This record gives sequence, C-alpha cells and structure tokens, in this order.
Amino acid sequence: MTYPKLSVERVSKWYDLGHGESLLALQDVSLTVQPNEFVSLLGPSGCGKSTLLMMAAGLEEITSGHIFVDGREVEGPGLDRGVVFQTYTLFPWLTVAENVRFALKKSNLTAAEQEERVRHHLELVGLAAFASAYPNQLSGGMRQRVAIARALVYRPQILLMDEPFGALDAQTRMLMQELLLEVWQQDRTTVLFVTHDVDEAILLSDRIYVMTARPGRIKAELRVDLPRPRHWLETEGSLHFAELRHEALRLLHEEVRRTGG
Amino acid sequence: MKMKRRAPPLLELRRPIPQTWYWGAGLSFIGAFLLAWVLLTSLGLVPRIFLPSPLAVANELVRQAQSGILWQDASISLYRIFVGWLLSTLLAVPIGILMGNFHFFEGLFEPFIDLVRYMPAVAFVPLTILWLGVGDTQKFAILFIGTFFQEVLLIMDNVKTVPRELIQISSTFGLSKWEILRHVILRAALPGIWDTFRITLGWAWTYLVVAELVAASVGLGYRIMRAQRFLETETIILGILIIGAMGLITDYLFKITYKKFFRWALQTR
Repeated sequence: MTYPKLSVERVSKWYDLGHGESLLALQDVSLTVQPNEFVSLLGPSGCGKSTLLMMAAGLEEITSGHIFVDGREVEGPGLDRGVVFQTYTLFPWLTVAENVRFALKKSNLTAAEQEERVRHHLELVGLAAFASAYPNQLSGGMRQRVAIARALVYRPQILLMDEPFGALDAQTRMLMQELLLEVWQQDRTTVLFVTHDVDEAILLSDRIYVMTARPGRIKAELRVDLPRPRHWLETEGSLHFAELRHEALRLLHEEVRRTGG
Repeated sequence: MKMKRRAPPLLELRRPIPQTWYWGAGLSFIGAFLLAWVLLTSLGLVPRIFLPSPLAVANELVRQAQSGILWQDASISLYRIFVGWLLSTLLAVPIGILMGNFHFFEGLFEPFIDLVRYMPAVAFVPLTILWLGVGDTQKFAILFIGTFFQEVLLIMDNVKTVPRELIQISSTFGLSKWEILRHVILRAALPGIWDTFRITLGWAWTYLVVAELVAASVGLGYRIMRAQRFLETETIILGILIIGAMGLITDYLFKITYKKFFRWALQTR
C-alpha cells in the first residue's frame, strides 16, 4: 500500500488564552500531498496556515486530529521533513558551507560524502562561490537560498516552506521563485508551501488549498494544470493563469470581505 | 552665484556627524573640565584641602610610582577584582544558562535573586567580616555580592535572546535538546555573554572601594579610605582617577576581543 507523502486528518488547533478563554485557530482541516507534488496553502493572514505547517513540522502541538508523513504519525520534528522559515535561520557563526553541513550532523555519511552533498546542494542553489562566506555578508535572497540548500541536503521526504520569500523585495522574490522551480524540477521533492501571495501559489504549485479566515478551514481546492517547466514571463502571460488568479482572488476576497481583513 | 560654505549640520535627529567633530567635541569637553579645574585651583577660588591642583595630583602620582606603592596597590586590587569577578562569573554562567533555558530554574532562582540584588553590597561588609575574617576572602565576597546577582540575570537574558527559530530549525535536523543547547544556544549567546563580562567587570571596579573599606592594608580602594582620614585630597583624587583608568582599560580589552572573536555577530550589511 502506498501512502500520500503528507496526510492531514481533521486537524484542529485551539490556543489557550488564559482566564479560561481559548481561540480556535484551525478547524477540522484535512488535506493530502501526493509524492512529487507541489502543493500550496493559500490564505489570508492569521488564517492558521503557518500553524498548520508548523504542526506538520512537529514544532507545534496538535490539539486534535492527526498528521501523517509517509504513513507515520508526526510526533515531533524529524529528518523526514525539511523546513524553511520566513525569518532568516542561518547560524551566523558558521560559513555558508558549514551551515549546510550542520544539517548532516545526524546523518551516517562519511566526511567525504558530506562534503560532496554540501557542494552539490550549494551548486543547486547557485551559491558554490559563496561557500566560505558568513551569513552577515549575504543578501536576504542568498540567505534563503542557503536555507533551502540546508533543508534539502539530508534528502527529506517532504519540504515544508513557510512563506520563505515573504521578507524579500518583489524583484528578488521573482528570482527566488524561478530558482525554486528550477531546483524542484531536478528531483521533484514533495513540497507543502505556505503563502498569501496568489501569483506565487499559482506559479509554483500543482494544487492549491485556499483557506478561510480564522478559524482556518479548507475553503476550496484549485488544480493548477499549467505546463512545466514554468517561467514567470510565459506562465504569467497565459490565459489560464489569468483565470486561476481571478478565481483565487475571488475566493480570498470573499474571506477578507467577510472578516474585514 | 557663489556657493556658501556651510558648517556641517551637527544637530540633526540621529544623523552622524564628521569624525573630527565627534572626537573633537569629546576631547574639548575633557579639556574644558581640566581647564576649569586649573582655574579654580590656581586662582585660589577653592581651598587646597577641598580641591588640590592637577599638578599636586600629578606629583602624588610620581611620588606613589617612585615609592612603589602605586604598583603594589594596583596589582593587589586587580587580583582581588579578578578573583571576585571570576567567582561570580563561574557561578553566574551555568546558573544563568539554566534559568534562560528552563522555565523551572527561572522559577526556582529568580525570586531569590530579585530579593538579594536590591540589598546594598556595602551593608554586607560587617557580616562578611564576621563570617570570613579580614583577609582577601572577605574582599572577594563583597565583590561577588556586588556582581553576581546582576550578572546571573544578564546571562539569563543573553540566553533568552537567542531566536526561537534557530532552536526550532535545529530540532528539524534531529538534534536532541542537549545538542541544541550546546551547539546552537550557547554559540548564539556567546557574544552577548562576552558583553555581559565586560559590563560586570566594570561593576566590580566600582565595588572595589567598598571591598577595601575595612580591614585592608593595601589596595587602591584602601589608599582612598586612608587618605580620607588624613585629608590627603590629592591622594583621593588620584585613586579615583586610577580606578577609572583601569576600568576603562579592562572595558577596552573586552571590546577589542569581542571584535576579534565575534566578527560574525557584527552587522556588515
């Protein structure tokens, strides 16, 4: 029997606000991500999409429901999942190569194999020339490229990305999205990608789950059958892209209208 | 049309000013202070016993340096400060790290530390003499009391400022909590801890006079207290200046070693 790479089953999340009050952040969310699929969670801010990703990463407790990776229930963080945050998470005291290599601390690879893995992944994100630079010498976009290389270097079953380009300027973000497409095209690691950017979700994904405003629920599922490989200019110019964008915006618009943003 | 040469704007909100103006201002202020001192004393506006002239203080410096008192005082004081501060640091670092990482230890120690840290170190002088006698141990104890309870809270804060995301991402690489503590939290907190060392060693200098208040026979603080008895105002002023200068030097040593050890922590872009 084959399992989906990621399966979220009726997950809810309550936050305890103290004084006997609590807040429902996510309500009964179910979704699946198939092997080699690129799936986005698209929703207005505060809808709990990042919370869901953190729960899948094992970094946030699940109030009720279950999350499975490859058929095994998530009980904490693990090497079967790679995570990329929106904030910069490189270790500032390590060089770029040492940062990537740090993620292999728990692997059984020999030193030479580790070296080779690190080199390969830095090439993948186009940063081989910066192997011995320190994070404070890098731009925001470069730091996120290192973070992606570091999350892929131990070959996780699924890559969980929480608005990884959210802190970057619009032009850098476009470059990073295309770079991610190129990297993904090579080995098609399964990805769950959280974003509130409609264009980003369409450009990158095979499927998009659109979420409601808080409490977050799955509002709709959009299939993105645009041909791959994709590039900004060709893909964004197609009629189908425009239709998908219109539909996604309509769904989001309903939500922000309903809650007043 | 002729361009008018304008003085650089010096009083813009948060705008840096040229280096020459910056340093010039600081040196001028010290210069003005010295000048006021010279004028007050040379014009006889203040009796010598209240405020001796800078020359008298300089003569006292030469006298103490030639007789060897200065070196004896400075080295014994340096030794006391270093041991007192080291004892405080050896205890503050592990306890501060535990408090910053484990809520339990914060709950265990913080109420007690908060209580003690507002107690004046000088009030412990009689007790420490009673308990520890009049030797160096009593001096170490005063320096310890003056330093430790603040230092441990600063170390706790240093540890707490390590971003949560760094800890979370490390756990996704399969590291245990002890490995994260050692390889990530401590490494990330180290520059802040180093800065805490700089600040607390500075405080130790300010507690020197208190530590050498009673039952000392040598030391920079003792020299000041003794001079008070004989109204040797120039000795008092000299002692204060030397303590200030030595504090400045140790501060500076920590600053340059910080830049050497923690280049990665300096913001370059």
